[in-house]
Amino acid sequence: MPIFSFLAFPKTDMKDRLIADLSAMAYCEIKPSGNKDVLILLTDTPDEEANKNLIDAIKALNSLQSLSMAFGHTD
Amino acid sequence: MTFTRRDFIKNMALKSAAVAAATMFPGISFSGWNPADLSADSIVWSKTPCRFCGTGCGLLVGVSGEKAVAVKGDPNSSVNKGLCCVKGYHSIQILYGKDRFVTAYVRKDGNLVPTPIQEALDLVAARMKSSIEKNGKNSVAIYGSGQWSIPDGYTASKFFKGCIGTNNVEANARLCMASAVTGCLTTFGLDEPMGCYEDIDNADVFVTWGNNMAEMHPVLFSRMLANKKSKTHVQIIDLTTRFTRSSQAADKSILFNPQSDLAIANAICYEIIKNNEVNQEFISSHVSFHKGKTNIGYGTEDHFAFSDTAESVDFEAYKTFLKDYTPEAAEKISGVPAADIKYLASLYGDPDKKVTSFWTMGMNQHTRGTWINNLVYNIHLLTGKICEPGNSPFSLTGQPSACGTVREVGTMTHKLPHGVVTEEADRKMAAKIWDVPESNIDPKPTYHTVEMFRALDRGEITFMWIQVTNPMVTMPNLRRYRDGAKKEGRFIVVSEIYPTPTSDVADVILPSALWVEREGFFGNSERRTQHNAQLVPKPGEAMCNTWQLIQVARRMGFEKQFPWTQETYIEDIWNEYIRFHDSPKHRMAPYKLLKERSGVQWPFVDGKETRWRYNGKYDPACGSNTFDFYGKPDHRAWIWLRPYEPAAESPDKEYPFWLNTGRVLEHWHTGSMTRRIPILHKAVPESYVEIHPEDAKLLGVVNESKVNIISKRGSVVMKACINGRGNPPRGMVFVPFFDENYLINEVTLDAFCPISKQPDYKKCAVRLEKA
Repeated sequence: MPIFSFLAFPKTDMKDRLIADLSAMAYCEIKPSGNKDVLILLTDTPDEEANKNLIDAIKALNSLQSLSMAFGHTD
Repeated sequence: MTFTRRDFIKNMALKSAAVAAATMFPGISFSGWNPADLSADSIVWSKTPCRFCGTGCGLLVGVSGEKAVAVKGDPNSSVNKGLCCVKGYHSIQILYGKDRFVTAYVRKDGNLVPTPIQEALDLVAARMKSSIEKNGKNSVAIYGSGQWSIPDGYTASKFFKGCIGTNNVEANARLCMASAVTGCLTTFGLDEPMGCYEDIDNADVFVTWGNNMAEMHPVLFSRMLANKKSKTHVQIIDLTTRFTRSSQAADKSILFNPQSDLAIANAICYEIIKNNEVNQEFISSHVSFHKGKTNIGYGTEDHFAFSDTAESVDFEAYKTFLKDYTPEAAEKISGVPAADIKYLASLYGDPDKKVTSFWTMGMNQHTRGTWINNLVYNIHLLTGKICEPGNSPFSLTGQPSACGTVREVGTMTHKLPHGVVTEEADRKMAAKIWDVPESNIDPKPTYHTVEMFRALDRGEITFMWIQVTNPMVTMPNLRRYRDGAKKEGRFIVVSEIYPTPTSDVADVILPSALWVEREGFFGNSERRTQHNAQLVPKPGEAMCNTWQLIQVARRMGFEKQFPWTQETYIEDIWNEYIRFHDSPKHRMAPYKLLKERSGVQWPFVDGKETRWRYNGKYDPACGSNTFDFYGKPDHRAWIWLRPYEPAAESPDKEYPFWLNTGRVLEHWHTGSMTRRIPILHKAVPESYVEIHPEDAKLLGVVNESKVNIISKRGSVVMKACINGRGNPPRGMVFVPFFDENYLINEVTLDAFCPISKQPDYKKCAVRLEKA
């Protein structure tokens, strides 16, 4: 049951879009910054395959500039 | 509110990201969320030193109920100031591997059978007794490690040296820092660095000698980088035989041929003298010059013996000796351009620059390990750049208590907690404190580690107790020693937490309590002693290593020497042990203070820690306000004339590559703990062989191709890594040794420094074949 946290950076002027995109995805929890163009993304998936699929889907988001991992844990 | 371990991990994940964000964007805020709100009322945080390397980071371990659930850096620890490396952050997971030993095992009819621990301890005591009765006291041995908590090592020494009367006490620190010990002893007369980690904040120049700190001591490396970032003039010079992550971060990386650091160090001194950059006042008042034996051998044969002598010489003789080491001459040996050697000399020689030299295994695992330690000290002594903030020759250690347990307690064949077995006064002191007859303590050292395992192979040792280490992965020329351990008539006891290749050869396995499952002390690289309390229960029948030793000692009739109760024995042992060091040169902090603080440095005199030794400004053991190298009878530090001599085995036509071995950031030593932490295992799931791209091309291999690495002693097949995190030069391969599935030490050579007896894991000759 992997748990990861990331800093997610939106493309220019697409922070709201990125918040909306990530909010709509399963296994995701977000904490947007109030004063910077970055948000914290927490993923809590049931297994490694779901985690991989989720990360692939996130990376494919058009609103996402880059994703930087801050923490990782797998049981 | 129910707060599960999983909730806690999620909170840690969020906090980690918040910290990363705050580092990148100072002043960042999160709408409607404050990371500080994530505290969990049910978590109790307690301090402990980290279980892994010799840096000695202070950790705070969070315990919920009876389980450790989280780790963070201890902001009160001056070592790491709240920071941890990836191993530290995940360290509590080493407690909860699914295959922990929670009961003892005894080999019956070839199989290891679960056995009540008291029955197993009875058997251990009975077999020790019978071995002594049949083959004499020197047929039994104990082999521990720098991961021994201080009470473990102290109890082992008292039991074996004081009670049984054998000096068959060794520790794996012989394999990792014995050359640093003999380097200190021959130059200063006393062991352990004179400086402290505050040197990192004060130096203008760092020279790392064969030392990949970015991976091996990442927290200290980050302190170096922080200093460099805060001051534009600070430089890091990476002297290395292989391009590493440390090289990437350095201002200049200088590649040298293996073993040629001896020539480079001498050439730096030649150049300093030539440029009149010698600190004459320091030299004339605080240094004397000495010459030892040369062509001293490599110890590859059984019963190898060597004893050095010190002949006094003068500065003129030293200058004459150095004439063989012009930068141009050293270039021919080392491959380092003379201009780079001159540049290094200019940094050391500049009176306005404070210079700290760091080293670990590159200099210590070296068949001339004592010599290269001496030679780096020579540079600092010639320039007087020593024993003051930022001017520091600094040997780092690899294990959490290599200094505390092995060097300070003296768990090596020739040592006692104070002094050496060969000195009558030291034996008298030990006998008095231990309450044993002085005649019990044998004045003759027996076997150093390599020779101890040779003695096991030869049958001179028939009983060996191995605690907290994994020699069936780490011994060089491994096949001989593994086969020896498995021979008929050998009885091997292994105190361990997980199955390893060493527990595979055991006749008895004793389940050990680990780290915060028991109380103890570690001593780190900067003379800092750190106490840890027991924070969580021991699993099953697991037992503290100290208590295992006490139990067996009592069964052998030494109740008087080990009278303590289970409630207070760690405190009682500490109070007894520190009587050995009751002088301003080495006084240790009292138990109560160690329990309160995140570490205390020794010498601890009049309520104060000593940051820099041998300098009267900081060290009360000095008679005056000036330098006093009081470890030597002449109160001077010794500059040694030590030549370049080649490695024990160098590449040739048949075996054309150097083999260099070492570690990676994610795994610690043989990986028996870190490979059970899923995220670390996933990061580096198996070992590999780093090959230079052109060598790989000639061999016809690409990344992940299988390569057979063959030496005169053995071979191992593993995957190639080309342009990975490390890049060896042409003609060299590098293999991390953490993976028991690839026993690279079946390939390495058991040559050692004749003075320190520390093996050289960095240099032997191999050939490669595409597998």
